[in-house]
Amino acid sequence: MIEISSKLEEGIYYIHVKGEVDASSSIHLDESISQATQNHKKILIDCRELEYISSAGLGVFMSYINELEDKDIRLVIYGLSEKVKHVFQILGLDQLLTIKSTEEEAKYIVDGI
Amino acid sequence: MCRNSWPTVFSKKQIAKILATLGLIVWLLLALIDISNIYQGSNNFFFGYSGLVPRGLLIIMFFLSLSFYHLEIGKSDITNINDLIWKIFVTGLIATIGSLITRYLLVVAQYKPALINKMLIFFIYDVNTGLLIIFLTSTFIVWKKLILYQKSKSLIRFWNTFEILLLLSLLLTFANYQPFDTIFNLILGLLVLLTIILSVNLKWVAYLNFKQKWKSILLIGLIMLYIWYYFVTISDLSNRFSLSLNLSENVTFLALFIFNILYAAFSILVLLFNLPTSSVFEQKLEEVINFQKLSQATNTKQDEEQICEILLESSISAVVASGAWLEIRKNNSVEKKVLYNKISEQRKNKIESDIKNHFKDKQVTPNPIQSSRKTQLTVDLRDEEFKSALILPLFVQDREYGELCLLKDLPDGFNKEMIEIIRSFVNQASISIENYQLIQEAIENERYKEELEIAKRVQGSLLPETLEKNSDFEMIAYSKAAAEVGGDYYDTYRISEDKIALIIGDVSGKGTSAAFHMSQMKGIFQSLSLLDLSVDEFIKKANKAVGNCLDKKSLITASYYIIDTNRKSIQFSRAGHCPTLYFNHQKNETKFFETNGLGLGILRNEKFDEYVEVYELNYAPGDIIFLYTDGITEAKNSKGMEFGYERLASHLEKYTLKPLEEIRDRLVKKIYDFCETQTPEDDFTIVLIKFN
Repeated sequence: MIEISSKLEEGIYYIHVKGEVDASSSIHLDESISQATQNHKKILIDCRELEYISSAGLGVFMSYINELEDKDIRLVIYGLSEKVKHVFQILGLDQLLTIKSTEEEAKYIVDGI
Repeated sequence: MCRNSWPTVFSKKQIAKILATLGLIVWLLLALIDISNIYQGSNNFFFGYSGLVPRGLLIIMFFLSLSFYHLEIGKSDITNINDLIWKIFVTGLIATIGSLITRYLLVVAQYKPALINKMLIFFIYDVNTGLLIIFLTSTFIVWKKLILYQKSKSLIRFWNTFEILLLLSLLLTFANYQPFDTIFNLILGLLVLLTIILSVNLKWVAYLNFKQKWKSILLIGLIMLYIWYYFVTISDLSNRFSLSLNLSENVTFLALFIFNILYAAFSILVLLFNLPTSSVFEQKLEEVINFQKLSQATNTKQDEEQICEILLESSISAVVASGAWLEIRKNNSVEKKVLYNKISEQRKNKIESDIKNHFKDKQVTPNPIQSSRKTQLTVDLRDEEFKSALILPLFVQDREYGELCLLKDLPDGFNKEMIEIIRSFVNQASISIENYQLIQEAIENERYKEELEIAKRVQGSLLPETLEKNSDFEMIAYSKAAAEVGGDYYDTYRISEDKIALIIGDVSGKGTSAAFHMSQMKGIFQSLSLLDLSVDEFIKKANKAVGNCLDKKSLITASYYIIDTNRKSIQFSRAGHCPTLYFNHQKNETKFFETNGLGLGILRNEKFDEYVEVYELNYAPGDIIFLYTDGITEAKNSKGMEFGYERLASHLEKYTLKPLEEIRDRLVKKIYDFCETQTPEDDFTIVLIKFN
């Protein structure tokens, strides 16, 4: 149901999320974000192929909000479909996380230029 | 001869008694006629020595005796062969002793006057005839039972022919014939031929063990002796005193003699030849029984250890091992248990290390336990007591369960057959243990199911049974959980006469964990709504409480409403929950209130308060508030399409004038139809309020 891949490119850690994130598959998303936040300061989450996210999946993003702030990590989510973006908005997570529509915009934020 | 045509009023025992009594009466009649003949002369056609009546009486006696034993032995449920043989042995013994006593009387009689002498001879002859009939018929019935021990159609056909021919030959008793003439010889020859054909049916021999066979040989030998004795006695008496009813010259009795003695002789021979192989047969039988024990182990609720014990004992007896052990590893490989048999723990450890060394030397596998499923290993040991070992692993549910090790005091002590039988024992035990474990798991699952059922009932009571009502509005709800328990929550509380608090919430995740969080939310709502807080204060305090109660990754979305019927207003604050759907009757339009707000538990500090927003509106008659959880908008059909907000809004618009129940029921049906299932993937809840 979920496919997660990651790569390090030009000092930016990319996490690619594909498929559906629900209560059970959110564990994998949590693992990969947790790994990324341990060693990297610039993280991009590519959600162009994310089809669905449940509140439990959003709970994963939510649980890192404080850590990102404390460790001064820049994490940007990009490529959300309208539907998925709406879910973020309803919960209010769009106000706490940086969400961009394209990779360029997201990269721009992460690089802090 | 006497089938089931007997009147049912008599029991089997009563019939047997009647038969015995009748037999005795007939015998007495015969004796009386014989003795009276001494006075009346012997040439009477009807009552003479060889008259029709004595002959008839003899045949009647024969039939009575046959019927009696048919009931006593033939129809009885004696299945033990030794018991059957013992029965006729005893009958024969008693009859022979009786006969011997009369023979002694005969010696005495020679010194008596002629008349008494003659009477005595007649009497003795009659006694012997009676005893002979009893013995011959009882033996005949037992032999019949043994021959038909394992029936086949052709065997029954042969037997019936034999019986019918025997019956027909009785007719010759009435005919005047010369002994050993053509007809006599023909009939006798046929009967003897049939006897030989029937006598090869000795299948019962195989079912006797060594001891029983010896016993049978002894008993049948003695029975043969009796038969021979009778034959000699009867022909001797007949020849010496020229009695006309000479049984030794009667074709039926002669055939019976021959049948009885031939079958006895065949039996003894076959028993003798079967003696050396009987131990093998016994061994196989025991293996079968042990195998059955193993396969029945689960039916009789025996636990794993008992199954292992049966395996160990069966294996030892199957290969006559001089020592053995069975090592079992329970679910984790740390816990170990060893069953010992005829070996101490120290010796076991020593031999085990010997075996390990053996494999190390040969560099086969460092540990026989890790060998693959199919391998069994025989090892020659250099131990003073045990010379060879057989090691077989046990697999249960594809997991290494244990290891069986059998030891023998002979080098190379395990042949192919032994290994095969042990392997099948091990496999059967594995299946039994597996079944036992599966049953245990099933019981455990059943228990969990019950627990969940209880949880479901408890959770059901967490949702309000009746909702608050007012002259200004009515309210109804519907909630359905995806699993036994769910994370959706709604509740109402009357703060004052005209102020009513209402909440709808959705806990992240599904199932049991969501249900626990939902019950916590109920506690938070019930305690905070008491305080008559403003909607924003409520949300802020609820966030604090949720932050303290829930784990880091869980959150709750909620919307909190206060309906004030005095001011005809609704105040609400949205904490990440689905936007409220509102129908304005006057404008005839529906609207989603997409106000700002954060889910409870997302920010667990004061910063959260910045995101709380309050919205207020005044209601008018005919307006409808529609509250729901994301299980409705995110309900998916088989094509992956979501139910969505538009469909929801248009449904409400269509039925705004209908009663609340109808709006609700139609929506629930529409969602089920959309999903094409009655079991939704996510919990979903609806709360509807209509203002009057």
